[in-house]
Amino acid sequence: MTAIPLRPPRRLVDLTLDGEPVRAPEDSTLLDACRAAGKDIPTLCQGDTLTPKNACRVCVVEVEGARTLAPACSRRVEQGMEVRTDTERARHSRKVVLELLASSTDMSTTPRAAEWIEEYGAEPDRFGADAARVDEEPKVDNDLYVRDYDKCILCYKCVDACGEQWQNTFAIAVAGRGFDARISTEHDAPLTDSACVYCGNCIEVCPTGALSFKTEFDMREAGTWNEAAQTETTTVCAYCGVGCNLTLHVQENEIVKVTSPHDNPVTHGNLCIKGRFGYQHVQNHAQNRD
Amino acid sequence: MDLRFGDSKPTDEERAAIDALLGPPESAWEGADDRTDTDLRWARGGREARERRDLLLPGLHALNDRVGWISEGGLDYLCRRLTVPPAEGYGVATFYAMFAVKPRPATVVHVCTDLACAARGSAQVCADLERDVGPAGSAGSGAVWQPSPCLGLCERAPAALALRAGETPQAAVVAPATAGAVADAASAPHEAAAEPPAVAAVPQTGATSAPLAGGDGLVLLRRIGVVDPGSLDDYRAHGGYAALRRAFALGPAGVIQEVTEAGLVGRGGAAFPTGRKWSATAQQPDHPHYLVCNADESEPGTFKDRVLMEGDPYALIEAMTVAGYATGAHRGYLYLRGEYPRALRRLRTAIDRARSRGFLGKDVMGQGFAFDIEIRRGAGAYICGEETAIFNSIEGRRGEPRSKPPFPVERGLFGKPTAVNNVETLVNVLPILIEGAQAYARTGTDTSTGTKLFCVSGTVARPGVYELPFGATLRELLELAGPPESLRAVLLGGAAGGFVRPDELDVPLTFEGTRAAGTTLGSGVVLVLDEGVELPRILLRIAEFFRDESCGQCVPCRVGTVRQEEALHRLKDRTGAAAAGDIALLREVGQAMRDASICGLGQTAWNAVESAIDRLGAFK
Repeated sequence: MTAIPLRPPRRLVDLTLDGEPVRAPEDSTLLDACRAAGKDIPTLCQGDTLTPKNACRVCVVEVEGARTLAPACSRRVEQGMEVRTDTERARHSRKVVLELLASSTDMSTTPRAAEWIEEYGAEPDRFGADAARVDEEPKVDNDLYVRDYDKCILCYKCVDACGEQWQNTFAIAVAGRGFDARISTEHDAPLTDSACVYCGNCIEVCPTGALSFKTEFDMREAGTWNEAAQTETTTVCAYCGVGCNLTLHVQENEIVKVTSPHDNPVTHGNLCIKGRFGYQHVQNHAQNRD
Repeated sequence: MDLRFGDSKPTDEERAAIDALLGPPESAWEGADDRTDTDLRWARGGREARERRDLLLPGLHALNDRVGWISEGGLDYLCRRLTVPPAEGYGVATFYAMFAVKPRPATVVHVCTDLACAARGSAQVCADLERDVGPAGSAGSGAVWQPSPCLGLCERAPAALALRAGETPQAAVVAPATAGAVADAASAPHEAAAEPPAVAAVPQTGATSAPLAGGDGLVLLRRIGVVDPGSLDDYRAHGGYAALRRAFALGPAGVIQEVTEAGLVGRGGAAFPTGRKWSATAQQPDHPHYLVCNADESEPGTFKDRVLMEGDPYALIEAMTVAGYATGAHRGYLYLRGEYPRALRRLRTAIDRARSRGFLGKDVMGQGFAFDIEIRRGAGAYICGEETAIFNSIEGRRGEPRSKPPFPVERGLFGKPTAVNNVETLVNVLPILIEGAQAYARTGTDTSTGTKLFCVSGTVARPGVYELPFGATLRELLELAGPPESLRAVLLGGAAGGFVRPDELDVPLTFEGTRAAGTTLGSGVVLVLDEGVELPRILLRIAEFFRDESCGQCVPCRVGTVRQEEALHRLKDRTGAAAAGDIALLREVGQAMRDASICGLGQTAWNAVESAIDRLGAFK
């Protein structure tokens, strides 16, 4: 049975998307309207379970009469709005944003990044070999997950998921300013000395792979990570009575990571440490037991 | 909220500094040493403490003022007192340039290396300091010096500011600065020579006084040097509080109508009609309403608000009271930049005296209107002058701009309707009320009414704050200030502004006139550069400024300002065809910053460089 969340009926507003008249519920975003119309707008800091910080600016579109471009992920639809998603100006900003990101961070594990870079004709190398990079070493300070901030684009999603939008643990925040800003615990202490409860809900929302299971990180290092060879099985967590959904990612008969369906009406992709990381008993093979 | 705190303990000094601000902790939940029986039965803190989150920034100041830096134990204690997650507290502390989270000497000397000071020899001061005391950032003999963005002392450039932490924190302004004077101030800030009075920054009143272009007297500056900035009686003897009296006679709607009819527009740079802002705030059904005075004057080359606050502090207090009355706010926050010790001192005194005499408080002037003002000190972040970043900063969060809509008039400070105005804008309200809207609007042009303060600095004979009616030309202003023999360019509007050429001096100094000429008045910066200037170096300094001051929230600005600076580094010694590639790169990055950044900082970070390339032919 799928639960259908009930909402009060919403008024529809009329707007134009790339010249086509469309109707969208009031309070929906331009991104919702674009997606409903089948338009593919790139996004990074937007997530289906979070209110976006609209920090990445890769989803910008042109709104008639506005001085600057608008982030589709956050701007609400308005009656009579004329929106263009594919103008030269919008494409230019998306291209430059991709170039700026790819020239300063490692986007090798960001889904769709390579595709967008090609689509927008971005050339991250044009800033030269001396272009400043984030230059961070992976932080491996616990057995469960790794923070590789060389891949971090500062989308704020992990901070929001750890903090007031989901977990209310507040173990991490943005520290520093400008190009030196980083996601950090207090005084940059290791996670084991922080408020982290290892729910892994930050990994769930990370759009670039900067946060990953230790298993995934190690397998990538060893060159054995192979997503094509993995199966995904959604099941119910056996630990307590809440009944959270787990999606087990299995490669060669080993669980390599655990995610949770974002459309679950109760948990929205969030888990606790047990559901997220407590799967060893399932594969406690005889040869591992010694 | 179940927060986890570390084991670090504050020192006695740190604890005393925080307790002096917040009062002693009421329970072990808030960091008291001894756990009582009640503590074991009732949890304290929680929402009540969290609602004091806006005291985080004052708390960080308290620690920094007392010991010179923010230690783990000190931050932990402060966070515990306010129920702020330590990670967030750390994020806020590391946001501000005036704070350090690593040990450093008690005395920190900020040596301005920004545009106006660079045009008057700050490089030499830094070179001498490096030779005599050691490189920037290296601690020696109880003090450390560091280069700083504009300190707002441009009329006395080059400038330095020495701050010493301790039980009684000390501040000394050294301007004009020499390496020797800086070293002396660092070793004994309390013995530094007294600053010249604020009026010294207003050449139109001095012995060298030149008549005003319009023949009128000074309006906004008329009391500077005339009244004693410490005396409420003197202020009243010079027309003080007549405007507030008139405001009470007109009623809030009447005040807004006068301000609207006077055509007053914001002087902070965006030129938004003040009457419309006030009326939109006043009409909001949500309560309470707040007033924020933006005194975070940080645009390089701007110092007019400092002169107003130092020379005529009661005028700002009165103007804020009028604004609060008009917009239905009972509380005003005066967000003052952290680098203005004298303005802070004078405003504190003025607010205390106004309160004790019934000009602030529960019943202002016996009219049944309650209004009070709280000063909040910035801590070295240009971005906090952005109208929504200022809210986050006051609320104890990182000073990152919010996305608009919603606009401040709907959801501003603490999520409530807020009018946020620049100091100069507010002070204009006094002559509007005293003279009446029509008389006020007779000065200036149809769309830029009244007078404007200009901060003239660089290579002129008489740098300082000038007040001219809107519509005077740049040439007239420069004549007053004594232009250099061989003028190379004038930077209008500061780092976010644009350059104009010597053959463009007849541009009328109005919002519409400068816009038509493809430049901007901005905050009133007029930085004069003579032929001796190395333009590529100035542009590089502007790029460094934006790189340092970007909050880092959005990608176009966070990385774009770095790429802009890198390109200008490469361009330093290049011209013509060798420069073409990097200029094209700058244009592309600049366009994306302008179009896609969240706030005005990123949107304008390329303006000055673009105008130098297009109008001055830089790198040709």
